[in-house]
Amino acid sequence: MEHYTMNLTLKVWRQKNKKDKGQFETYSVSGISSEMSFLEMFDVLNERLVVEGKEPIAFDHDCREGICGMCSMYINGRPHGPWEGTTTCQLHMRAFKDGDTIVVEPWRANAFPVIKDLVVDRSAFDRIIQAGGYISVNTGNAVDANAIPIEKDKADTAFAAAACIGCGACVAACKNSSALLFLSAKVSHLALLPQGNPERKTRVVDMIAQMDKEGFGSCTATGACEAVCPKEISIQNIARLNSEYARSGFTTDK
Amino acid sequence: MKWSELFTSSVGKKFVMGFTGIFLILFLVVHVSVNACIWAMDDGQMFNMAAHFLGSTVVMRVLEIGLFLGFILHIVQAYILENQNRKKRAIGYSVPMGNKGSKWYSRYMGWLGTFVLLFLVIHIKQFWIPSRFLEMPEVTYPPGVTVHDLFSLMKDTFTSLWVVIVYLIGCLALAYHLMHGFQSAFRSLGVSNSRYLKMLNSIGVGFAIVVPVAFAMMPISMYFGWV
Repeated sequence: MEHYTMNLTLKVWRQKNKKDKGQFETYSVSGISSEMSFLEMFDVLNERLVVEGKEPIAFDHDCREGICGMCSMYINGRPHGPWEGTTTCQLHMRAFKDGDTIVVEPWRANAFPVIKDLVVDRSAFDRIIQAGGYISVNTGNAVDANAIPIEKDKADTAFAAAACIGCGACVAACKNSSALLFLSAKVSHLALLPQGNPERKTRVVDMIAQMDKEGFGSCTATGACEAVCPKEISIQNIARLNSEYARSGFTTDK
Repeated sequence: MKWSELFTSSVGKKFVMGFTGIFLILFLVVHVSVNACIWAMDDGQMFNMAAHFLGSTVVMRVLEIGLFLGFILHIVQAYILENQNRKKRAIGYSVPMGNKGSKWYSRYMGWLGTFVLLFLVIHIKQFWIPSRFLEMPEVTYPPGVTVHDLFSLMKDTFTSLWVVIVYLIGCLALAYHLMHGFQSAFRSLGVSNSRYLKMLNSIGVGFAIVVPVAFAMMPISMYFGWV
């Protein structure tokens, strides 16, 4: 595609801190290159705001290569913007046309309170992982990684689930603010592998209990989470989580 | 893990929804099969006999109570879930996501279910209550079985155009409710096998079209005097 530059109108959510009510502010940006990433466009705007002596827009970012899960913008009614299987940092400005108006909002969910502008607190995910998203490994010499034979299909499915970067787009997209796609990716990834077996029964129960405590909603299988997931985690994982949950619930000893 | 947690956690509540949903789907199979007897072209004899059979033994009466419990559990649980889920996002988006990623009927299960419920109230008042508790016209078929003449009641009821329209709206709501609910119920119960999910998706779409269309054809057939 040919390179072009564009002038855009941005409507961005500005909020000073957790307690501030917040509001949209409108900015005009000009000379944006079609080859820029969405975050680079924000860098350009922020540099200008700094020069003008204004507070730059706070947003989360880290690796900027689509693998860390930090970026989290809800762009024109879709988490991570219009492209499929893409994080905000990998969204490029060629997705937009000259003269477009772009509305940028933070993730919205009670479990993800806004800290500032477009930055939300996603530590609820950390606590869910702490509740059960781990395996037990003995200390001592490192075990040969290939010592346990694993069926290729299972390894592939587990790997696809493990691709979840915990960005929270599933929660942002879900009408119930459910975190079940995230949980199901973590539960599936460990349940499918022999290494995850020791905690298999307690993991899913503990993680769901933590999810409910954090104030996420329940899944109604609309599929919006799967559609916006930058890592294209399959909703089939949620069905697998349900089956893991039933398996634990009916067979656990305690 | 307590037994109660298995049915009251966010995932547990979905087990209840899925299980009662499948139970109600089975009821629909029985209901549509019995009602299809109106097309036997015998002036309602087969239909009246079949309806009589459904109330004839103690087993059926016990199942009837189970059915009402199934309905109540499904409906009450659904409203509790919907209410809880709506509270999870106190501040909404200014640009809604809309149909980007999900089908409208999967997001409006609560509304579709409410339409089905309203229809159900009217439907129970028109047919179940008269047959169960009130005086009903009866017919006697050889060799001397006297049964409620539900066929005539149906014919009378569906002479009114607005009743027919209300029933068609009920069927439409049911169709979309099933379009999402059928396959979703099995997922909630943990069916995660790709081959089964594929099969259940196809059966679900077929069921959500065939059964409501069959139900919808009943008032239409009566109204236009085809039976």
